[in-house]
Amino acid sequence: MSLLKIFDISGSAISSQSQRLNVVASNLANVDTVAGPDGKQYKAREVTFQTVMMATGDGAPAAGVKVSKISEDQAPGRKVHDPSNPSADADGYVTYSNVNAVDEMVNMISASRSYQNNIEVMNTAKNLLMKTLQMGQG
Amino acid sequence: MINRLTDSLDFQAQALTLRSERQRIIAGNIANADTPGFVAREMDFASALREATGATAGAGTMAGASVTSPAHIPLTLQSAGALALKYSAPAQTNLDSNTVDMDRERASFVDNSVKYEATLRFINTNVRQMLDAMKSASQG
Repeated sequence: MSLLKIFDISGSAISSQSQRLNVVASNLANVDTVAGPDGKQYKAREVTFQTVMMATGDGAPAAGVKVSKISEDQAPGRKVHDPSNPSADADGYVTYSNVNAVDEMVNMISASRSYQNNIEVMNTAKNLLMKTLQMGQG
Repeated sequence: MINRLTDSLDFQAQALTLRSERQRIIAGNIANADTPGFVAREMDFASALREATGATAGAGTMAGASVTSPAHIPLTLQSAGALALKYSAPAQTNLDSNTVDMDRERASFVDNSVKYEATLRFINTNVRQMLDAMKSASQG
């Protein structure tokens, strides 16, 4: 039954998108941090999606999604001249994280739109299935 | 005689199977809207249905696998969706070479679900007509 497989496909997509939203949240939270977990500047993280082929029993492919890797942005952090800050270096510069808030907002909107799309796909599949269950009764 | 009663029902059943296959393919495309390098798939529904029903009318076999000898085992409609899968041409190029066009996928998705419901309604009407035909005049 192909319609049942839609829940697996869209389910994998919403779990991947929520992971992406999770990463965006931690990036945005750390937009002004000076030090990350390793003591150096926090580096913006980004997820990469990958297609997973799911077995359907009848040989036809079903394309789900997974997060294949979470990579760190290696760009240098934002430097601000602030000699009075205790974390300033010898030249008086404080290095903040390299998170770009605008990029992250765009990423967030894209993730939430994709999430909504997949929810709608699942709702439609559910409606169709319910109507199929009532076949011959109407 | 009973064949004639169920022939049109068989046709609608195959259409319904293909519709649900197509729904699954479009769901896969929408799920992979943000996957780099993903190539959107699409089903040519008209030719898929023609292939599914054309080879041996209403017998539930699929095209390209017609039964020409009594010893042949007919292939069922199960994997007919895989047979007709094509790659949809990208409307706009994308930096990550993903060819999912969300507008088109959403449109196809709605189109397909409406037609799925239409097929369901055809089946229901068919069943009701058959039941009516079986009733005696006194049953009203």
